[in-house]
Amino acid sequence: MLELRTDVTVVGAGPAGVAAAVEASESGARVVLVDDNPKSGGQIWRQGTGQPPAGAQPWLRRLASSTVEHLSGTAVVDVEGARSLFLRRPDGLARVHTGATVLATGSRERFLPFPGWTLPGVMGAGGAQALAKSGWPVRGTRIVVAGSGPLLLAVAHYLKGAGAQVTALVEQAPLGSLIGMAPRLMRHPRKLKQAMSLAAGIRGVRRLYSSWVEAAQGEDAVSSVTVRTPGGRHQIECELVACGFGLVPETRLARLCNAALAEENVQVDSLQRTDVEGLFAAGEITGVGGVDVALAEGRIAGLAAAGDVDAARALSRVRDREQRFAAALEAAFELSPELGALATDATVVCRCEDVTLGELRAYEDARDAKLKTRCGMGACQARMCGPAMRFIGGWKQDSIRPPLFPIETAALAEISAAQTSEAMQ
Amino acid sequence: MKTPDAIVVGAGIVGAACARALARDDRRVLVLDAAPGTAGGATAAGMGHIIITDDSEAQFELCHRSQQLWDELAPEFPVGVQRDECGCVWVAVDDEDLEAAQQKRDYYAARGIRAEVLDQRQLREAEPALAHELVGGLRVPGDTVVYPPAAAEWLLAETERRDGQIRRNAEVVAVASGAVTLADGSALSAPIIVNAAGDRALHLLPDPRLHDLVRPRKGHLAITERGRPLIRHQVAELGYFRSAHGANQSSVAFNVQPRTTGQTLIGSSRQFGATHRAVDHGILARMLERAMELLPGLADLRVIRTWTGFRAATADKLPYIGPVPGHEGLFVATGHEGLGITTSLGTGGIIAAQVRGETPFIDAAPYRLDRPVAEWSVA
Repeated sequence: MLELRTDVTVVGAGPAGVAAAVEASESGARVVLVDDNPKSGGQIWRQGTGQPPAGAQPWLRRLASSTVEHLSGTAVVDVEGARSLFLRRPDGLARVHTGATVLATGSRERFLPFPGWTLPGVMGAGGAQALAKSGWPVRGTRIVVAGSGPLLLAVAHYLKGAGAQVTALVEQAPLGSLIGMAPRLMRHPRKLKQAMSLAAGIRGVRRLYSSWVEAAQGEDAVSSVTVRTPGGRHQIECELVACGFGLVPETRLARLCNAALAEENVQVDSLQRTDVEGLFAAGEITGVGGVDVALAEGRIAGLAAAGDVDAARALSRVRDREQRFAAALEAAFELSPELGALATDATVVCRCEDVTLGELRAYEDARDAKLKTRCGMGACQARMCGPAMRFIGGWKQDSIRPPLFPIETAALAEISAAQTSEAMQ
Repeated sequence: MKTPDAIVVGAGIVGAACARALARDDRRVLVLDAAPGTAGGATAAGMGHIIITDDSEAQFELCHRSQQLWDELAPEFPVGVQRDECGCVWVAVDDEDLEAAQQKRDYYAARGIRAEVLDQRQLREAEPALAHELVGGLRVPGDTVVYPPAAAEWLLAETERRDGQIRRNAEVVAVASGAVTLADGSALSAPIIVNAAGDRALHLLPDPRLHDLVRPRKGHLAITERGRPLIRHQVAELGYFRSAHGANQSSVAFNVQPRTTGQTLIGSSRQFGATHRAVDHGILARMLERAMELLPGLADLRVIRTWTGFRAATADKLPYIGPVPGHEGLFVATGHEGLGITTSLGTGGIIAAQVRGETPFIDAAPYRLDRPVAEWSVA
């Protein structure tokens, strides 16, 4: 197994991870940046066929001219404490011994099931955008963008720009809550400009508030959705539904490292330190807040991990300001509890193992339900049904054990054996 | 519910089997479990083999009779129980193993159980994916596999259907004649109490001398993604008996199952003294290495999950089933080690007969709580 030694290891090459890696490296630390995508940038700066967004470019340039060792296509399989990570690289296994680790594993989309959501053509909003970015043709396709959160705006904007016919943008939050954000937005001119530009870009798109997709219909694929609005139900024809209900922090690695969580977020102090010695966290895993919070937290985490505590502290005002905005945004888009009642007994919740909500109703505990129904035991390892059932049924997170993703028996044996020999030294 | 006729402490496979057996005698049964769910302890962690083993005549008898009970119930199981009549192949790594296989075959034949010794060629025909160095094996076609949590859930559902009740989040901290005490200080009473709380069971009894009769013995398992199974039978090494019954502080043995889901379940390990739930990497590595040694194709299958569990082990490899002397109406059913799924139904049958005041279908003396105390072979 390839053995690497470094001062700081950053996991995740989205905005938080890139900022952490760049700052740590520029303050003199040896830095390894681990990411399972082929290119840096994460979901939000995803570099598809086009150029990365303007805000990303200075960071990606700094990364390119730094001494950061960027391991792309690489995933963390297991850890032995926070200072020893086992990696799977395209060419084999590696172990990195590190002075500090910064987790910047981001978030993933929350999907709440409704009748018909498993029809082909219904997909996650971020997933639809990612597909379009990778060159999948959407020109002329009628798309309903639905769910909640600022991401929907960006997705609708992108899809429309790619030639799709966005027939409706369906937001569950009330228009009043969003208007309530306006005074705050005034104090963040750049965000205001961005929001106005997005809004201008989707001018003409029908926008519904306090509304949601109640069901999708179709034979072999989705052909229409029923949208519930305060004024009644509408039937909207479409070939694609891009649907997302906000984001959920991706905390599997943090939990494997035994970092403490508050609700779904990794808990950190003012220097982005977790309660585990040598382990920092930045970006969406500490609380979903968007790219500006992620950058601010990433910079602080990178500097603190590299030992430059003064420089890290100097940035706290910027971060705190961004965090306040993010918190207000989150409150504005708070999910209506009614969304948890869309799925019926016949609605599939766990797609991997084909488990319906009706089968799950008998259980109050995620682990109990998993053992009895196989809900969450499948290929996606509860990435979709876990957050959904936490929202619908108030279930708690199940525990996490290695491996973090399915890996060949031989590789798992090698990783496990390496941990023994180390322990015996 | 009105005052129950019987309280069963522990909703694992043994508690569930006892509850169902009592409910079939028209007793109103209340089952209590400390966890927010049922069958979440050793039952959830186990492999689910319904197999014959023969460490002693008493162990054999309990396995044999229990396996018959499982076979009788089979037509009633829902699909989720994943019953698989795959049989078991015990593989021999050397001539000594092969000799043991022949002895087992003779022992089983004398007791009416089908088993056949396989030579090297026959073993390769039966299981082509096994390592070619293996010299032979023993096929026991009647051995089966179930998915234990679903089997326990079915037994509990049968109990509920017969007027029984299951209470979760109800941790019992003490049992006595006619009553149990819960963690919140409240008490529940019933004329019959069956203590099936697994490796904690004897700690609920007042006599501290009993506490050490059952010790937790940690195990590890790993399971692959769905795919095409490499093997048709559950396959274990004859050396498993040495591991299962040996004196070592920690050991691993090849024991692999094809699951009806298309997954492959990989075992097994045994450790005394380990009390933490986390995976012990050294043990996991040894277990996987042994599995790949005897089933090389495993190396490329992807493991989706690993987990650990604790078996309730006894020094003489026999469970404790029966009345607690000096405590009217108080029974115990624990110490089933790695055979809890297999022997649960027989255990339920014994307890139900004893509660009725009848002689059980097999001699239950070897399982008495007041049998002579065996020495632990490890510290």
